[in-house]
Amino acid sequence: MVESPASRKSLPLGRLVLIAAVVAAGAIGFAYTAGWLSPHRLTPKKLVAGLAPPGGPAPGHRRNHAKGICFTGTFEANGDGSALSKARVFERGRYPVVGRFNLATADPNAKDAMVRVRGLGIRITTPGGQEWRSAMIDAPVFPVSTPKDFYELLTASGSKDPNAMKNFIGAHPGFLAFAGWAKSAPWTSSYAEERYNSLDSFLFVDEAGAKHAIRWSLMPSALPVPISPDDLAKRGPDYLEQEITQRVAGSAQRWDLVITVANPGDPTADPNKAWPADRRTVNVGTLIVEQIEPERDGPCRDINFDPAVLPEGITTSDDPFPAARSAAYSRSYNSRTAEEAAYPRTETGAKQ
Amino acid sequence: MTTSRTRFTAPQRLLHWLMAICILSMLFIGVGMVSTVTTKYLTLVQIHKPLGIAILLLAIVRLALRFIYGAPALPPDLPEPVKLAAWSSMVLFYLLMIAMPLIGWAMLSAASYPVVLFGGVHLPPIAPVSPALHTLLWNAHKYLAFAFFATILMHIAAILTHKLIRNDGIFETMAPTFGKSETK
Ligand code: HEM
Ligand code: HEM
Ligand code: HEM
Repeated sequence: MVESPASRKSLPLGRLVLIAAVVAAGAIGFAYTAGWLSPHRLTPKKLVAGLAPPGGPAPGHRRNHAKGICFTGTFEANGDGSALSKARVFERGRYPVVGRFNLATADPNAKDAMVRVRGLGIRITTPGGQEWRSAMIDAPVFPVSTPKDFYELLTASGSKDPNAMKNFIGAHPGFLAFAGWAKSAPWTSSYAEERYNSLDSFLFVDEAGAKHAIRWSLMPSALPVPISPDDLAKRGPDYLEQEITQRVAGSAQRWDLVITVANPGDPTADPNKAWPADRRTVNVGTLIVEQIEPERDGPCRDINFDPAVLPEGITTSDDPFPAARSAAYSRSYNSRTAEEAAYPRTETGAKQ
Repeated sequence: MTTSRTRFTAPQRLLHWLMAICILSMLFIGVGMVSTVTTKYLTLVQIHKPLGIAILLLAIVRLALRFIYGAPALPPDLPEPVKLAAWSSMVLFYLLMIAMPLIGWAMLSAASYPVVLFGGVHLPPIAPVSPALHTLLWNAHKYLAFAFFATILMHIAAILTHKLIRNDGIFETMAPTFGKSETK
């Protein structure tokens, strides 16, 4: 020791300031990293809040695709996917599935005929505990090209300014591809008659380590029967759930899982851009929906169909959405599970 | 648990500094990842989980070393309340180094997420799927993380005070020696 502590009578101000500066620098760095000093950063919190209807979100429910019904079933892999990905799920065999048919709305009580976009969430589990989760919709393209644009779309569509949507579309003409589909594509009266698309691209990694940019779709075996939204409305606000329950009780429903392989140069980073129709496709197996269960007590309620939960053999690509979605879905999941009291299971509800 | 040594043993010092870097990284990664929707989100989450589990394993080794080798005695002229503060922050650190990773792991289990470390390597669930339990653990993980960071800031302020104001040799008990002889 150079000096004894006692020899230091007056407080060394400079050194105290140095200590305070070190602590303050640490605290500020932490606050900056947490985004507390950057109100303009697009956080999961902001993105999810943007989905809420004017009256606020429905407590206990998903912040988007809030109306839905659970299913269980099987994915029957035919083995053909193994050429593209080493994931266990593509090896010939049968793997258990939990999923959810849903409507793209923040309102769990929305009338079926008021919601244009339908979705499907799925979790396939393979021996060894690996999982593949995905959430797909029936639209052929996503309305926007980036998560930031999605936030701007939410802001514009929720805006009181009558020109907000016009201005948004002016700045994001890609939206018209989606709007065209929404306007002209036929509606159906069954979840079983829809095709569900990943829209986002992912990478399949094969045994040799080669990566293939792909998208996938679930193609229904049921033939789509067009129906006008007006006629659908006449069948009742919850017709889709009643219909799928009866239909699956009658017989299991099937979809082919079809992988589309990108050519070099295809827009893999932009779910707003379809790939040319002549791209190679591989049918890798069949989704068989065997049983329907109400969401309230069903196995899908407390699952987050986070599109970034992928098995070894599938990874994210340069598409920016899966990361943004994973962050937002987690936020939504944290909120809705914390509000469980607002959406209790009927069992516990009855016991009380 | 004190020893006549004037320094922590080399493995203790190595672990202290290695873990200090890991834990500070974890805290910044944690608050950084939950506040972004860019592709950094997935990268940070993929670091957060295995690094957190690594901290759990290192903390167990460190605790064992602490029982085996103890710690150098604090200077006798240190006031009792300061000694108590040093002792409590040490206990709090050990608790947090072990509890934080376990809470993170249990939180993912309670939400029915697979706990993937890397590639196909994943951990089994250690808690039942339960929204209520998930909420409890999620809050605990978040607020204990903030408490962890606050304690670290105090720890740093305290150590710098010992070094720069009192110069009482406490800093030297943990300081890296960079090959200098132990008996210096
Ligand atoms: C940045 C863009 C997006 C945001 C912010 C977003 C937001 C959300 C949120 C918050 C949920 C509820 C999650 C939960 O609580 O479990 C959700 C569910 C869902 N999203 Fe998205 N989403 C986005 C893009 C997409 C895309 C590109 C697709 C389809 C290709 C999609 C399809 C779905 C489906 C099908 C569900 C329901 C899943 C289920 O049944 O749990 N979303 N979305
Ligand atoms: C993540 C951050 C940190 C943690 C969790 C941490 C934890 C600990 C713990 C538990 C001890 C008690 C000794 C043991 O059993 O290992 C200790 C001692 C010590 N730490 Fe840290 N430390 C951190 C950062 C730092 C930093 C940045 C410094 C330097 C400015 C520092 C300097 C010291 C010194 C000099 C000691 C020995 C004195 C004592 O026993 O209190 N530590 N630290
Ligand atoms: C020393 C160990 C750890 C530290 C210091 C730490 C720290 C943090 C911090 C600061 C956050 C952000 C909290 C917030 O602002 O909301 C966080 C979030 C998180 N941590 Fe950890 N963590 C640790 C270990 C783990 C482990 C081992 C896991 C899982 C295996 C884990 C999983 C998570 C998850 C999933 C989140 C996001 C929570 C959310 O959805 O908001 N953590 N952690």
